[in-house]
Amino acid sequence: MATRTFSIGGVHPKDAKISRGCAIEPLPLPPTVYISMSQHIGAPAKPLVAVGDKVKVGQPVAEPGGFVSAFIHSSVSGTVKSIGPRKDLAGNPQTCIEIAVEGDEWMEGIDTSDTLVTTIDDDNKAVLEKIRLAGVVGLGGATFPTHVKLSPPPGKTCEMLIINGCECEPYLTSDFRTLLEKGEQVVVGAAILKQVLHVDKAVIGIEDNKPEAIKHVRSIIKEFQKISSKYAGISVMPLMKKYPEGGEKQLIDAVMHRQVRSGGLPIDVGAVVQNVATALAVYDAVQKNKPIVDNSVTVTGECFPKQANLLVRVGTPLQYIIDYLGGVPADAVKVISGGPMMGKAIANLDAATVKGTSALLFLRADQTVRGQESQCIRCGRCADACPMGLEPFLLNKLAKNADMEQLEANAIQDCIECGCCLYSCPANIPLLDRIRIAKGQVLGIIRARNAKK
Amino acid sequence: MSKLLVSPSPHIHADVSTKSLMRDVVIALMPAVIASVVFYGWGELLVLGVSVASCVLLEYLITRYLLKKTSTVGDFSAVVTGLLLAMNLPATTPWWVVLIGAAFAIGVAKLTFGGLGQNVFNPAIAGRVFLLVSFPTYMTHWEVPQGLFGVDAISGATPLGIIKEGLMQGGSVPELMAQHGLSYTQMLYANLGGSAGEVCALALVAGFLYLLARRVVKPWITLSIVCTVAILTTAFSLADPTRFTGPAFNLLSGGMLLGACFMATDYVTSPMSNLGGIIFGIGIGLLTVIIRYFGAYPEGMSFAILIMNATVPLLNRWFHQKKFGRA
Repeated sequence: MATRTFSIGGVHPKDAKISRGCAIEPLPLPPTVYISMSQHIGAPAKPLVAVGDKVKVGQPVAEPGGFVSAFIHSSVSGTVKSIGPRKDLAGNPQTCIEIAVEGDEWMEGIDTSDTLVTTIDDDNKAVLEKIRLAGVVGLGGATFPTHVKLSPPPGKTCEMLIINGCECEPYLTSDFRTLLEKGEQVVVGAAILKQVLHVDKAVIGIEDNKPEAIKHVRSIIKEFQKISSKYAGISVMPLMKKYPEGGEKQLIDAVMHRQVRSGGLPIDVGAVVQNVATALAVYDAVQKNKPIVDNSVTVTGECFPKQANLLVRVGTPLQYIIDYLGGVPADAVKVISGGPMMGKAIANLDAATVKGTSALLFLRADQTVRGQESQCIRCGRCADACPMGLEPFLLNKLAKNADMEQLEANAIQDCIECGCCLYSCPANIPLLDRIRIAKGQVLGIIRARNAKK
Repeated sequence: MSKLLVSPSPHIHADVSTKSLMRDVVIALMPAVIASVVFYGWGELLVLGVSVASCVLLEYLITRYLLKKTSTVGDFSAVVTGLLLAMNLPATTPWWVVLIGAAFAIGVAKLTFGGLGQNVFNPAIAGRVFLLVSFPTYMTHWEVPQGLFGVDAISGATPLGIIKEGLMQGGSVPELMAQHGLSYTQMLYANLGGSAGEVCALALVAGFLYLLARRVVKPWITLSIVCTVAILTTAFSLADPTRFTGPAFNLLSGGMLLGACFMATDYVTSPMSNLGGIIFGIGIGLLTVIIRYFGAYPEGMSFAILIMNATVPLLNRWFHQKKFGRA
């Protein structure tokens, strides 16, 4: 089977999906949750509750703080204990609502049953409003508010919806488990998204290291297409396993053979990309009136004794999850939120999960400690690996010299920070570290210049 | 665990290092090294031993005591330079000439410029060319291989030398080939006068295939050299078969394969982009053919590579990777 993939660069890290056999199981409720107001890209949400208020599961506790922002709901029932700054996983203070858990009482109108609802409402406006009110954000990593992405700017039309089921980061298996266990819901979610975007085609892209998921979702689509015409045009596209296949621009290139221009948006080439977990959240929001109150988190690592995929309520302290599975292993030196290529190293285990938390990964020293930096041998491996066609060795040199003009001319602003350059450098040069900092400076210069115009 | 390690992504690294890449090159050279010792005998082993030992020792002494830096010997690059230098020398080269070559390669061509990654010219070729112009008698005193346990070696000229000499004396290519019993199949397996690296085409190609399979090098530079030489020599030999040798002869003789597979593909002294590499290879092929056909030297590979080494900064400036979404 000749499978498609993106056209430039990429690397092949060992996929290490050691938790792929772990079914998603619900984590027992923690005694307290801390719900952050900054769980999405854009303006922080504004609290709607006060200290002492009683809340139920699914009750809105914060409203959008701007156009690009999202609703946030209580993930538990109980009493609001405090509203104020609390350190996130990097140690930066974020406004959080602390809720002491009492029982598990859900808001009226939320359908908590497992019954599958395949009939889709024709009223797109109402559907979109439901998605907005449910606080759905992109769960593939960027946490961009979904309702904004579903409203293309005037003059732009969407030709294809792409559901991102690549999960190209090593170790992560929550999307894979979701496809296996909630494939029906994901397909309904895809059909809803397809209808809202007025497109005929939806493609679910899955890497070929997950053949079970490809087969399973294909059979579901076949069944559903017999029931309703709303499922016409949905298909599965197997993609060659290569990192970063799930990068938005790379995925569009792989599926449609179209490259989003530098600085452009997917909609410029007629594409909208949504993650598998987001499609599930859309299903929950539209078919079950259920806002985002929980999400699947992979807890994994070779040094971690118990691999797991857990359904975790938003705002659960990380330490609580880890303790439930037996605590931090003695030989782990680093805990990562997300995958090993783009995830963030956690500085503070007292931090709580957010909607976009996808994994907790434990790594030993021999797996993660970087080697001593040595001289560049000009092998060009970084440039071969870069999926954006950049030349990290050159950007590194220009960044050291702080040559902002040349950095911009050599497209540093296109960097997607996937980490392929640093991953493949034989001399252990901290390419991405320097490029990331210089990219921030160049983007600042570009913004200031555009503001002047 | 008391403290968490916090650092920016990515958190994992490919199983590759400068050392592992250089070690792969050493492994890839082994078939040719073994073949050359078998064909040329113990003299060849001495040249190899002196060359590698002096390259490694000199790199250690210079980095450690002259430049007062951490020694870079551990990265195996001095071993690669030592092997390549030895494979460019006749098996009869006296040990002190080898030592001088190694001193030039490591001391001047490599470390004066700042060491691995900073040198403009390929150290092994620079060392060889330095010896070629300084000690021409030793450097053109080739040996007809007699094998490890064979009779005494007879000295003679290389196939390229025979043809060059013969043509200058008014002979024609087919006559000279027949007269000296040169055949292509023989050239493929060895048994011709030359330096170690010229002796066995099959062993060199096997090593190069290993490098390709391990993704240590890309094929573009090598392919563009080979294709350029093949096309040019085909055209010339068809035009005048009495004056110009053909493609098979040129590809299998002299340092062509050693140069195309192991010297021109040196990371440091070749262009970064694929397109730059192809232009670089065309340049090497073109210059080699011109020198072989019209120059004073029978062999042009070393000079061609050195000249093209000097163009690499320009090629890197002109040719870049294809960027995503900027067509």
